[in-house]
Amino acid sequence: MTQSYQLFSKNTRAIIYNLQVNAVQRMLDFDYVCRRDKPSVAAIIDPNAKQGGNHKVFWGTKEIIIPIYSSIAQATKRHPDADVLINFASFRSAYATSVEGINEPTIKTVVIIAEGVPERRARELAALAKARNKVVIGPATVGGILAGGFKIGNTGGTIENIIESKLHRTGSVGFVSKSGGMSNEAYNIIACNTDGLYEGIAIGGDAYPGSTLLDHLLRFEANPEVKMLACLGEVGGTEEYRIVEAIKEKKITKPLVCWVTGTIASKMKGEVQFGHAGAKAGASNETAEAKNQALAEAGVIVPNSFDDYGLKLRETFDKMKAAGQIPERTLPDTPAIPADYNALKAKGQVRKGTNFICTITDDTGDEPLYCGIPMSKVVEHNMPLGELIALLWFKKRLPSWGAQFMELVLRLTADHGPCVSGAHNTIVTARAGKDLMTSVATGILTIGPRFGGAVSGAAKQFSEALRKGQTPLEFVNHMKNTNVNIQGIGHKIKSATNPDIRVTLLKQFARENFPKTPHLDFALEVEKITLTKRNNLILNVDGAIGILFLDLMASGGDLFTEQEKAEIIEFGILDGLFMLGRTIGMVGHYFDQKRLRSGLYRHPMDDVLYDLPEPSELGYDW
Amino acid sequence: MAIRGIREYDGKKLMAQVLDRFSSKPLGMNPNYALVTPETDLEKLPVSEPWLNTTKLVVKPDMLFGKRGKNNLLKLNATWAEAAAWIKAKREETVTVSGVQGRLTEFLIEPFTPHPEDKEYYVAMRSFRDEDIVYFSLKGGIYVEENWDQVKEIHIPTMKDNALVDAKSVSFEGQLPVEGAEKALVEDFVTALYRFFADQGFAYLEINPFTLAEGKVVPLDLVAKIDDTASFEHLDTWGTTLTFPAGFGHHLSPDEAKVKAMDAKTGASLKLTVLNPDGRIWPMVAGGGASVIFADTVADLGYIDELGMYGEYSGDPNEEFTYQYACVILDLMTRKSHPKGKALLIGGGIANFTDVAATFKGIIRAISQYADKLREGNVKIFVRRGGPNYKAGLEQMRSLGGKLNLPIEVYGPETHMTNIVPMAIAALQ
Repeated sequence: MTQSYQLFSKNTRAIIYNLQVNAVQRMLDFDYVCRRDKPSVAAIIDPNAKQGGNHKVFWGTKEIIIPIYSSIAQATKRHPDADVLINFASFRSAYATSVEGINEPTIKTVVIIAEGVPERRARELAALAKARNKVVIGPATVGGILAGGFKIGNTGGTIENIIESKLHRTGSVGFVSKSGGMSNEAYNIIACNTDGLYEGIAIGGDAYPGSTLLDHLLRFEANPEVKMLACLGEVGGTEEYRIVEAIKEKKITKPLVCWVTGTIASKMKGEVQFGHAGAKAGASNETAEAKNQALAEAGVIVPNSFDDYGLKLRETFDKMKAAGQIPERTLPDTPAIPADYNALKAKGQVRKGTNFICTITDDTGDEPLYCGIPMSKVVEHNMPLGELIALLWFKKRLPSWGAQFMELVLRLTADHGPCVSGAHNTIVTARAGKDLMTSVATGILTIGPRFGGAVSGAAKQFSEALRKGQTPLEFVNHMKNTNVNIQGIGHKIKSATNPDIRVTLLKQFARENFPKTPHLDFALEVEKITLTKRNNLILNVDGAIGILFLDLMASGGDLFTEQEKAEIIEFGILDGLFMLGRTIGMVGHYFDQKRLRSGLYRHPMDDVLYDLPEPSELGYDW
Repeated sequence: MAIRGIREYDGKKLMAQVLDRFSSKPLGMNPNYALVTPETDLEKLPVSEPWLNTTKLVVKPDMLFGKRGKNNLLKLNATWAEAAAWIKAKREETVTVSGVQGRLTEFLIEPFTPHPEDKEYYVAMRSFRDEDIVYFSLKGGIYVEENWDQVKEIHIPTMKDNALVDAKSVSFEGQLPVEGAEKALVEDFVTALYRFFADQGFAYLEINPFTLAEGKVVPLDLVAKIDDTASFEHLDTWGTTLTFPAGFGHHLSPDEAKVKAMDAKTGASLKLTVLNPDGRIWPMVAGGGASVIFADTVADLGYIDELGMYGEYSGDPNEEFTYQYACVILDLMTRKSHPKGKALLIGGGIANFTDVAATFKGIIRAISQYADKLREGNVKIFVRRGGPNYKAGLEQMRSLGGKLNLPIEVYGPETHMTNIVPMAIAALQ
């Protein structure tokens, strides 16, 4: 049973608003070294994760998952044991989400991390929390920590610092400050000069914090585990006078060491804007000096400067210890947190082998590199698309005629009407109501040995023929004898008398631009022979592309090694050219069908020859 | 990010544009105000503001200070020619306001409204933690303070009956000590003004005085403070141009301007206020909270006269910005030498996120660059810092001292944060 002065215990669980990967891990690392039974993070709310999900975190050496919800209501419903909402929402949405948190019956404490919450909103949150009997910590805070029990977000810094400052086990000092930035320092000072922190809260640097210095000091006063109090106030505001009043009214009786920072402000001419919104002294009683004096007069232990703050803590603690008011505390045995791989890597203390190698693109720097060339250079120099493709496909810089040839191929293969298998499949799939990717994929899947795939095949056969030094006739006969069709020769419709304009254009380009065309010359000799057999055994477009690519590689001098040439053919890179080009058309067919609102395609029955066997032929007697 | 003063011009313009949204009847506020800045061409101003030539005018400096009448900085009942001549003359003068010297650079021009002195009302509004308070008096103008007992206070709590109070439902009908023909108009105005105040991000708004002329309210003098964090809620009315000027007489030195420009370029925070260029103690401190405490401690130990600057760097500035910031400080402190030397405090608490070794890289680059000057100036360097990767950072600083033959003393979290302040003071004796 928790008392009203206890916001947190070793069993406290929190819901984190916004996926804060580092903060969640830091909380779990703290939990682990404190040997908590359960992780302190029950759930995470990610308003963008509409379907929810899971977040993977380390629990010591193991990994566990924390559920993600898209709304506070869902998370609180599923995790009624979590009574703290740690709100990492931005200053824009901190108000609305915090109101929601305050209104959730299972939530008792809302911590608002955001800086820059408008003061009027902060004021409303404070009033609302008070009316609902809830506690708001913040806005503009790092949070707080129950030593050895529960840690809010990033409080306490790294796990090394937490252990060095003994925050992983309980002490006797209740501490509260405005500044969150100074809280790590304060916890360290407390660890150096006393038996350590019991609980520390940073209320946030804004003018209207949801809970005040006094609110937390009164909680510490009521908590018998807290033996002494420590506080850091700040110039501006009159909150410290409420502490003075509370002491006068005997509402605070435990020893309190307090220092109000910002004594410099009244000593400087003109106005200097300090870091915190609340840290602006308007009236003379809001100066740090006036407040320090009032606190000292009320019996608070006030050092002469911050430099003596630790000393005063030590003196106060030692006196109480001598009087037997402080229990003996032992340092627990603390499980080690495995070092974080990324941290060690940054320090150069760990290495691991990679599972992937990439040699064409690098996106790890400020801008992506294509084969080492920054994207901005590609644009600046207006690099032809063909050259860019060659960089990513072959890792070669093609001469400009080579790049132009690549682009010519893309233009010539961009589409070939709705009846070829790729376009046909795309259209049928589109008409079945499927999406772009699926429709185009069904088209691409037809590319192969019979459709478009002759590019590689032709390149392979013709390069072999030339490598072996065969004459065109020897080649034709060899193919015939081994009963292999010559790839890249032959067309269903086109013929010698009805030439394929695409082939004509390719040949023309090569004649005008290629330094030499040995493979084309050879293929045309082969064509002469095959044409004697049948009128449609012409060099077709696949063949022309494949063969001219061989010429491209042959004309490039040392650009391609023999092995590279062989690999380009073997890996099917040339079919990639056809696929890339034709994808343009297939995408077009997909959009065309969509625009036309074409319905489901059903092939006409009279276009099918139905010829089924009799059951008896299969041995059935039914 | 805080409560900041805005110009009277901006306050009155905003009121003229928006106040009717909060009123059941149109209040018909005068929309004619002009702001003269150093860039304003007085010859061309009447082209864009033709009313300047058709009405008698009031001119006054608009630089966040009051009591302009008492300081003889108020031109009443002027023609445009007279107003322009007055501004030209005042622009040339150096004036002293509340002990601060400065040049007059911004002026507000508005129509002159003749009115009897007993028709000056006072209204002010201020936010507190649990409530807003509206102050109203029939005796406004310069008499309000001596008649403070006649000021009516109306308290509007943040919460009422377990619910947040909606400012738009607040009305002062029948609550103001005003009678007769003016009653309805004044009540409508103050009601709308409060709703405007609450809705538009004001923390303080004072109109002293306002008067009534031809059935309309005329605000004569206005002071306003706005919560600048609310700007994201008010882009439609504040626009993106609402300025928060520095106080009168506050001019940035070239070094301060340089740091301010750097600050504007980075998401991190870089601050510099030069206090004493001849000072011998220069704190380069990380973190808003720690930087105040270091300055406090120098002052509390009795050495405020030796404090060269107040400043801070925080929010994880990158190496380049840290380097540039350090260069500004090192340059400032080595311009003049002192026979007993100077001290640089590279201070800070225990960081939460900042990689200490990484931020020290920029500082180390700057120290290396200024090594000769630092040696010549007999500068002793004291370092105290903690946080992620601090051991590596402190080690770099230690080896830097040996490498550059500079006296650098280095401490970590085991040493009380501000202990390097008394060390530095001792070293300067």
